[in-house]
Amino acid sequence: MTPSGGGHLSEDIVARARELVGLYPHPRSALIPICHLAQEQDGWLCPEAIDEIAELVGLTPAEVLGTASFYEMLHTEPVGTYVVSVCTNIACMLRGAYELLDHIEGTLGIRSGATTADGMFTLEETECIADCGRAPCLAVNHRFVGDVTPQSFDTLVDGLRAGTLADDIPRHGTLVRVRRQGGLRVDETTIRSEREAAAATAGGQA
Amino acid sequence: MAVTEAPRIVTSRLEYDDSFTLERYLATGGYDGLRKALGMSPEEVAHEVDAVSLLGRGGAGFPAGRKWSMLRKAATTYLVVNGDESEPATFKDHLLIERDPHQLIEGVLIAAYAIQASRAFIYVRGEFALGLERVQSALNDAYEHGAVGRDIFGSGFSIDVVVHPGAGAYICGEETALLESLEGKRGFPRIKPPYFPAAIGLYGEPTVVNNVETLSNLPWVMLNGSEAFTALGAGRSTGTRLFALAGHVRNPGVYEVEMVKTTFRDLVFAPVFGGGIPGDRELKAIIPGGVSAPWFGPQHLDLPLGQDEVGEAGSMLGSGSIVVMDDTTCVVRAAWRITRFFWRESCGQCTPCREGSGWLEKILRRIEDGEGLEADVDLLMDVCDNLAPGVSWPPQQTTICVLGSSIPSSIASAIRMCRDDFLVHVKDGGCPYG
Repeated sequence: MTPSGGGHLSEDIVARARELVGLYPHPRSALIPICHLAQEQDGWLCPEAIDEIAELVGLTPAEVLGTASFYEMLHTEPVGTYVVSVCTNIACMLRGAYELLDHIEGTLGIRSGATTADGMFTLEETECIADCGRAPCLAVNHRFVGDVTPQSFDTLVDGLRAGTLADDIPRHGTLVRVRRQGGLRVDETTIRSEREAAAATAGGQA
Repeated sequence: MAVTEAPRIVTSRLEYDDSFTLERYLATGGYDGLRKALGMSPEEVAHEVDAVSLLGRGGAGFPAGRKWSMLRKAATTYLVVNGDESEPATFKDHLLIERDPHQLIEGVLIAAYAIQASRAFIYVRGEFALGLERVQSALNDAYEHGAVGRDIFGSGFSIDVVVHPGAGAYICGEETALLESLEGKRGFPRIKPPYFPAAIGLYGEPTVVNNVETLSNLPWVMLNGSEAFTALGAGRSTGTRLFALAGHVRNPGVYEVEMVKTTFRDLVFAPVFGGGIPGDRELKAIIPGGVSAPWFGPQHLDLPLGQDEVGEAGSMLGSGSIVVMDDTTCVVRAAWRITRFFWRESCGQCTPCREGSGWLEKILRRIEDGEGLEADVDLLMDVCDNLAPGVSWPPQQTTICVLGSSIPSSIASAIRMCRDDFLVHVKDGGCPYG
């Protein structure tokens, strides 16, 4: 085993990852949130990131990869700057999702599952993203777009290419732009004594 | 049309554009339910919730109060919120998470107080990027406001709440898979028994897992009392419920309606709800409670939206999703797409589910493509029988969790309701619906 020199994940990401570890009784619980952070930096989970995540949560790289590969949103291969996820599940299918997907494949010039040569777009067919009131719908980097028509999709692509939608749709990997303010506020001893006191009062009443 | 005058319990704030902010929340009675709860004993709060027969709004419909009462006594207990809404065509929790996150957080705190939880985790489906941002932002504000953290509102009750993102896996909506996922593992459902995380849950400690909508009811229940809640609905199905209406209706969307007093017909056709089927086409089938539920036909339209009423008719209200399919719908294609979903989302632990879903998907695909045989129809039912012996409702289970036994619902429904559709595909060598 080669000792990890570290340094792939930025200092900021590592600091945020350590904060996440502090929120859980067991470090491993922070694994998936930290994988999202690593994707915020790279767009996917590269081997160097996986090594460093493993150290942060006290697992082996194999355990990190074995867990991450279970989840659709965690990418173990590079993806485009914009991952376009087109829902084709029942509610969208009934409202023309497959016809829309055909059009999107034409516009982007790739089949579902592929990435454009310029690395801008990855296209995927996704399961229901729970926006069925606006079916057919899709998500770009998990930002939802509803009531999609061939024309509105083409306009969306033009906007993404021109960079005019950067505020609405961050680069792939940036999931949550709001950070938790501070770690845990209550230590375990306080919780324990409060709960014991409450139980004693309840016992006294009974 | 029986559109009742029931108050909106969980969607009252959604008319405001800033419904997700602390300012709007406080201006509309926000955190008053929590203040009231903290003035009562935890047992009194739990008793109040038990008294309202708050059936779980996630899918199984298990009474929340009873779930809480099963919690094993221990020094450490957890409350986990299931916000992993992924059942196809279900989009009600998504709405509550994005549009009223403070209501959810207040519900979490009331529940955490009632069960005296040591810490609470809100597991939000990873794909809900905006929802995650809204809940985290609301939680930050709630801490600042003194509603979360140490000595909440000077009550002597302290607790931390953590927002946890999922990463894309339907199976993590199954509560034991969700706990595995929260522990940083693959979302493999746990072998039962123990049947309830209340005995052995997160990190092996007693845990209550409640759905987003379920908890979002609690602030109203605390403020208005159990009698006001049980005055709505009938029988065990009290209060209101959110229904996510999708498919062939003029106005798809999420509607809060009074339980039992409203029927499928009301929901699909009333102008204030679905507004009927576009083009006034005929109704072919309804999926009443998520794609795991057996389908209903036009003859079921007057059934009341109540848990027991729908259960006795052979299906379930399940996740609160209702999909309408008109007479232009190819049921083979619909059943294929639903089965394809289960195949993609099967976690792979159990052979009947992992292999059965794949074979069912292939057979349905070849029928839809006009390459099926007449015998395929019986073959489908035979594979379904391997997954859920008898193919009856509620289904027999051959797998660790109910994903496997849910797979036959759509296939058996499509065959039993529209067998001729399958045979025409075989005879014509293609899909008659184009």
